[in-house]
Amino acid sequence: MNFTLQIWRQDRPGDSGRYETIEAHEIDAEASFLEMLDQVNERLIAQGSRAVAFDSDCREGICGACSLTIDGLPHGPQQVTTCQTYMRDFRDGQTIRVEPFRNNAFPVMRDLVTDRGALDRIIQSGGYISTSTGPQPEPNAMPVSPEVQTTAMDAAICIGCGACVAACPNGAAMLFTGAKVTHLNSLPQGQAERGDRVRSMVHQMDAEGFGGCTNFGECSLACPQEISIDVIGTLNREYRKAVRDEKKASKKMVAQ
Amino acid sequence: MSSTFTLDAKIPAGPIEGKWNSWLDAHRLVGPRNRASHTVIVVGTGLAGASAAASLAAQGYRVKSFCFQDSARRAHSIAAQGGINAAKDYANEGDSIRRLFVDTIRGGDFRAREANVWRLAELSANIVDQAVAQGVPFNREYGGQLATRSFGGVLVQRTFYSRGQTGQQLLLGAYSALQHQVASGNAKIYNRHEMLDVVTVDGEARGIIARNLVTGELERHAADAVVLASGGYTNVYYLSTNAMNSNVTAAWRAHKRGALMANPCYTQIHPTCIPQSGEYQSKLTLMSESLRNDGRVWVPRRGRDSRPPAQIPEAERYYFLEERYPAFGNLVPRDVASRAAKIVCDEGLGVGGTGRGVYLDFRDAIDTVGRATVQGKYGNLFDMYHRITAEDPYETPMMIYPAPHYAMGGLWVDYELQTTIDGLFAVGEANFSDHGANRLGASAMMQCLADGYFIVPHTVTNHIARRGGIVDDRHEAFERTEQEVQDRIARLINVNGTTAPQVIHRELGNVMLDKCGMSRTAEGLTEAIERIHQIRDEFWNDVRVDGRADELNQSLELAGRVADFIELAEVMCLDALKREESAGGHFREEHQTPDGEALRDDDRFASVTAWEYGGEGGMPVAHEEPLEFENVKLATRSYK
Repeated sequence: MNFTLQIWRQDRPGDSGRYETIEAHEIDAEASFLEMLDQVNERLIAQGSRAVAFDSDCREGICGACSLTIDGLPHGPQQVTTCQTYMRDFRDGQTIRVEPFRNNAFPVMRDLVTDRGALDRIIQSGGYISTSTGPQPEPNAMPVSPEVQTTAMDAAICIGCGACVAACPNGAAMLFTGAKVTHLNSLPQGQAERGDRVRSMVHQMDAEGFGGCTNFGECSLACPQEISIDVIGTLNREYRKAVRDEKKASKKMVAQ
Repeated sequence: MSSTFTLDAKIPAGPIEGKWNSWLDAHRLVGPRNRASHTVIVVGTGLAGASAAASLAAQGYRVKSFCFQDSARRAHSIAAQGGINAAKDYANEGDSIRRLFVDTIRGGDFRAREANVWRLAELSANIVDQAVAQGVPFNREYGGQLATRSFGGVLVQRTFYSRGQTGQQLLLGAYSALQHQVASGNAKIYNRHEMLDVVTVDGEARGIIARNLVTGELERHAADAVVLASGGYTNVYYLSTNAMNSNVTAAWRAHKRGALMANPCYTQIHPTCIPQSGEYQSKLTLMSESLRNDGRVWVPRRGRDSRPPAQIPEAERYYFLEERYPAFGNLVPRDVASRAAKIVCDEGLGVGGTGRGVYLDFRDAIDTVGRATVQGKYGNLFDMYHRITAEDPYETPMMIYPAPHYAMGGLWVDYELQTTIDGLFAVGEANFSDHGANRLGASAMMQCLADGYFIVPHTVTNHIARRGGIVDDRHEAFERTEQEVQDRIARLINVNGTTAPQVIHRELGNVMLDKCGMSRTAEGLTEAIERIHQIRDEFWNDVRVDGRADELNQSLELAGRVADFIELAEVMCLDALKREESAGGHFREEHQTPDGEALRDDDRFASVTAWEYGGEGGMPVAHEEPLEFENVKLATRSYK
């Protein structure tokens, strides 16, 4: 198959970038989108040109490194990561536009490589259970019903790629944050820090410059793990409750 | 070069059950108020690295954690699917620490160190407890109890799992524990940083040189101890189940500074991977071994049978694992299953476009327990297979073929997980210690987390308590090492040839898979070494690195890694040549039983071979650590 690529090129953070047209000839239909780019790069290097920089690692849809916007859609036309998008999903002779994930909180480092450190900082603000290494209670002393496990696991499978942010017209990171809050707040282990967790994660989300959710639902449609928009409902509910509880607690303090 | 090492594994005296506790009772401590003045570097943020960094930081040390990925959460442990073993005997089958120990020693074909394996089995239960406390959502039974299943090579159900994404959940548990420590100020993560050398002062590891992959700047980081958790080297085969960027560079740099490389020829070829479809392919995708619990492996009895699999009647199907190994059937260890698949394909019975594939069939499972149950257990794996191959495994059998997956070999470490460089530790897949010549399923995650959570935090403490004065990064050794790294980068760029580094990597991979893969011969290995020399010359005369050193440059990163893989490949072949026996994943065609099973030679090779770097252009020197089996009887492995 043959394709014409319009690829975003940018030399360093803050530079004004440009689209470059690159031909991709004789590509096997069974090659993944990234394998197509590998071949393009191999040829660019052999010609003495500069290869296109892009992030990828596991190439099996689980590490979340890939971060391309293909024809305006994060990861591409199928609801899977770019590494699992195959050229058979495109038309022979098609012109394809390839850009990095778009969001102000994800600055471009070079070409298609972005900095998604903001997502790590949201986790740092409370996306964990504060326990340190050492003797722990016997797990079966704290049963977790399969229904609760399923709710937690359906959210915990988030790969942290940021496609939800790139797809959102508001640039919100609420699917990402909601997934972590749903995972930890639904488990018995996560109860002690339930309120603090959601308050500080939401605060960090705002501090990073992400927008707010207005129920477009694009995030869930772009999510390669098909995480349900329900997690945003949970996030909002948990947040409201946490703020209410905090107010009650501070009133009590004053009364005392 | 003459030998300068005596390999002392420092195994504590006394009965095996008490060795670890007696070590813990006797090791030196560092007072809680003093810990903040000590820095520990951890390279890699996979299961071993993240758990080590989180645990050391929780103890109060200043931890610098390095990863080349954009986020610590992306290390390749994330892709582990099946599960983690723990000797908890929840299934009431009479499982025990001793049984897990025996299974692991036997699965490794009697080429692992007993004391280390016992400790691993002993700590296995703590790991699951730790993970649950962190909020890892393991699968549960109806009453809310933890669910377990059986996994390749054992007869008990001791494997804990989170659907088919156990590695992801365990890694996110360790990653979030590490992020908690970042928030508390004890740990700092250096993402997009690649370790390019270890700095030694008077033979002791005192820091590293790392390249900032965004700016290209070289950075000096001094520390009281360095922990390498940099993973395995299976990408030496080019196509493997590893991530694209998995590499041997950190370990190899340490090797060239004096850390011995043990058993490099022990690599695992995993039986259940999606077969290769074309030359452009960049990696092979693993389908969890847990599929062998319910899937039946077969090929048509007639070669090149063109009928669709569903139309081939029962009598014309060759269930080769069930026929050859009636006791374990489809659940034989990985090395056995892989070789059996290779043999039937060599006989011309393979299926698929290339003839290098066998069926993994769920027809009977779906008939017996129903589609919904099969979906509940393996839904995400079936979807993944469907996505990649465009074939629906509920309707037609999967096609699988073995692929390079895991490195049992690695940096030689003693009982304290310390390499032959004082103060340099190696954990997880980067070391060699626990799996012998073949790793059992669901054992890798167990080993990584035992090393990281429960062993290295104590052995690093013991080292820090004993070490001498403080060295900072202005020491002359940092200056010199940084210069050497700089020179090497310049050398890579200055070749200025015409071939992209990935092209040379692919050539190397083809040689290694062919000659040093699932089966090996003296003749083939000798040929391979010659080819590797040619590839090395081609690399240093014709590689092309586009772009500069002072910017984000992925070709430069890859070129450095390929150069190290080329050097490693030679030592792998030398090791495979020297080991004139078949053991686990190392199969020498000259050494097999009349029915084609691996034939060990315990009189000559019940030992670890650890290779010392021979200097530029020099021959590596082999050292031996004899293995003693006092708690499990040396016997021929049989899964029949």
